[in-house]
Amino acid sequence: MTGNEAAARGAYEAGIIFASAYPGTPSTEILENLGGMYKKDIYSEWAPNEKVAVEAAIGAAIAGGRALACMKHVGVNVAADPLMTFGYTGTTAGFVIVSADDPGMHSSQNEQDNRFYAKFAKIPMLEPSNSQEAKDYMKIAYELSEKWSTPVFFRMTTRVCHSKSIVELGERTEAIPFKYEKQITRYVATPANAKGMRVRVEERLKTMEEFSNTTDLNKPEYNGTKVGVISAGVAYQYAREVFGEEASYLKLGFTHPMPMDVIRDFASKVDKLYVVEELEPYMEDQIRAAGIECIGKAVIPNMGELDTDRVRKAVFGEENPTLKSEQKAAGRPPTLCAGCPHRGFFYSLSRRKDVMVTGDIGCYTLGSAEPLFAIDTTICMGASISTGHGASKVFEKIQPGKKVVSVIGDSTFFHSGVTSLMDVVYNRGTSVAVILDNRITGMTGHQQNPGSGYTLMGEPAPAVDIPALCMALGIKKENIHIVNPNDLQENEAALDKALGSDETSVIITKWPCVLKKITEEDRKAFDLSKKQCKVDPEACINCKMCIKTGCPALQAKDGKVVIDSGSCVGCGVCQQVCPMGAIQKVGE
Amino acid sequence: MAEIKNILLVGVGGQGTILASKILSTALVDAGYDVKMSEVHGMAQRGGSVTTQIRYGEKVFSPIIGKGEADVMVCFEKMEALRWLEYVKPDAKIVINDFEIPSAPILVGAEEYPQGIIEELSAKTEVSVFKAADIAKELGNPKAMNIVLLGALVKAMGIEDMDWDKFIAENVKKGFEELNIKAFRAGMAAI
Ligand SMILES: Cc1ncc(C[n+]2csc(CCOP(=O)(O)OP(=O)(O)O)c2C)c(N)n1
Ligand code: SF4
Ligand code: SF4
Repeated sequence: MTGNEAAARGAYEAGIIFASAYPGTPSTEILENLGGMYKKDIYSEWAPNEKVAVEAAIGAAIAGGRALACMKHVGVNVAADPLMTFGYTGTTAGFVIVSADDPGMHSSQNEQDNRFYAKFAKIPMLEPSNSQEAKDYMKIAYELSEKWSTPVFFRMTTRVCHSKSIVELGERTEAIPFKYEKQITRYVATPANAKGMRVRVEERLKTMEEFSNTTDLNKPEYNGTKVGVISAGVAYQYAREVFGEEASYLKLGFTHPMPMDVIRDFASKVDKLYVVEELEPYMEDQIRAAGIECIGKAVIPNMGELDTDRVRKAVFGEENPTLKSEQKAAGRPPTLCAGCPHRGFFYSLSRRKDVMVTGDIGCYTLGSAEPLFAIDTTICMGASISTGHGASKVFEKIQPGKKVVSVIGDSTFFHSGVTSLMDVVYNRGTSVAVILDNRITGMTGHQQNPGSGYTLMGEPAPAVDIPALCMALGIKKENIHIVNPNDLQENEAALDKALGSDETSVIITKWPCVLKKITEEDRKAFDLSKKQCKVDPEACINCKMCIKTGCPALQAKDGKVVIDSGSCVGCGVCQQVCPMGAIQKVGE
Repeated sequence: MAEIKNILLVGVGGQGTILASKILSTALVDAGYDVKMSEVHGMAQRGGSVTTQIRYGEKVFSPIIGKGEADVMVCFEKMEALRWLEYVKPDAKIVINDFEIPSAPILVGAEEYPQGIIEELSAKTEVSVFKAADIAKELGNPKAMNIVLLGALVKAMGIEDMDWDKFIAENVKKGFEELNIKAFRAGMAAI
């Protein structure tokens, strides 16, 4: 089982009845598992964003059912507001929030270390180091949550989430639902009530610290006395392998609050103490603050992920011998798929040289790469429209005539783009918002969203009507342009109109992602019959105009361009840019 | 410490490295080993460079392979051999699929596909090269290339005598069991 499968299994065994999440690598599969395999017992849903997911799970837990909320590390930023105060009110039924961090930034915009959130919110934190623990700790998390009436922070990392190891399963125990009671002083966080909550938080912290010092989750393993290693999470697995059988270990599974008594005792029994942790010196700083000498970030890198080789090199200065080559592999960055509907629009957009394009997060972020270079900024989910608005207001003052286009995917628009667009309309902004509606949440592996017409558990659902939503925000009908992004002329016309307008306008590009599972509704709405394009070698002059679209199905070979029939879907974008008419559509 | 074997599968997002690793690890678990496998999801799956890693032995701690640690590397795409080379031991066995997928910078002419990879690596360690794509095509389904490569990998690892038919049938799409078992055998025979 992967760590994510195991975490889902643990939540199932713990008897949860509600789960909510917004997808994000490496956390996504937890909810996909719950909404698939365990849907008979657990109600699971995709929320439009992480804040909503946490709030819904808070409601579920206050109402009396064990609840789970999952997200990637940056999702906790979005959900931090409810989480901080929920730490004050506490919960009725068990509540766990999973934060899946991404050291090494395999698929993220930063590698923030979310362990600080547990400390910040003053709530307990568990850190599994493999799949078995992901399952077992999840059950423990629910027990602790109810014992102390607190939300529990469950911190995983990419290598725990996406590594597979053997897991022994248990049975599901139905949690006994609490009976709902109105408790205003507990759950209404007015200043007056919060003062009482604040005191209880500190008391709870003391109880948690006692637990941390006595639990088996934080148990030393004594071998030799020369070297002692304190570690947690997957870093423990690396350290265990590098330091071997001679060293003694203190593996921490419960890492907030830290078990300072256990650590002090452990430190006194070894000559040299190492702290091996990924990213920030979260443990090391606290250990030092307690006056205990240790070696940590002085040698272990605080950037990127660790592995056995990096730990070995950091500690012993040894490097494994390896094979070397004089040659270097050419870069292989991820690219938009062949026939990706984002490509056509970005191609049209990249022809406009006098615009700033504020981007957002999704597959379409790849439009910033060679050869399209069509995006100027990407900060965080939902930022495109609001940063575009700010930029546009400044250009009005310092560089009149400079226009701004903001591009955002459908899922990202629902996540946090709607309020940004409201800002633009309300404040009479003239930046152009482009909603790239490919009918699905692409980047994270094709999850349903509020616009796709289906739920996580596979039920049909009302789909958000994006043009109607834009109109409701105050955008005039004549300023909303819906285009097929594979049709470059439509793109051009819409861009001309939108950029020429002195009112807020929106372009909605509508075509399904090529990897999306096609539904009945899609078949009705789009012509998805099988097509392909072919290059007539007689007519091709090898000008490579088509290759500038960046479609990976196109390749120049022996002085002519050829199209890979295995990946071309016949979107026709290359055909429209060929000046010689050398590309033709074939197929049914 | 009891010996741990490290297997590295490298390729391009969408080539099916994950399924091949899954079948391999199922078999290793069944044989009684402690097995850990690590895979890449998310961004890199859009045509980027991907790896999956399998470690097995009596007791395995780390789920990933560090530099200079892989015993066997199987390359689903030729150039990926170069990219991940520093992860293998100096005497590692390398299986290379003689199959090129030009990456985006190559397609737009910004970089070139490196030449002479096979010759260079063969001079340094034990390299088996074959054309898995052609074999899969001959069998009637180019998509079975990953299972052909799995067959070659199993041969390179010297663990042919397990109930592979069963593990393959359990893990591939319904209706494609026959094809994939054939692909697997063809892969074993190819190196
Ligand atoms: C706060 C936050 N939550 C989740 C993610 C993970 N994430 C990255 S892209 C993406 C989905 C984008 O979907 P969409 O906007 O529909 O664009 P597409 O990928 O389909 O082009 C998600 C969920 C993130 N980066 N930040
Ligand atoms: S998965 Fe879909 S949205 Fe993402 S690059 Fe491929 S076609 Fe485009
Ligand atoms: S029609 Fe052209 S641009 Fe579209 S997928 Fe085929 S080769 Fe790529």
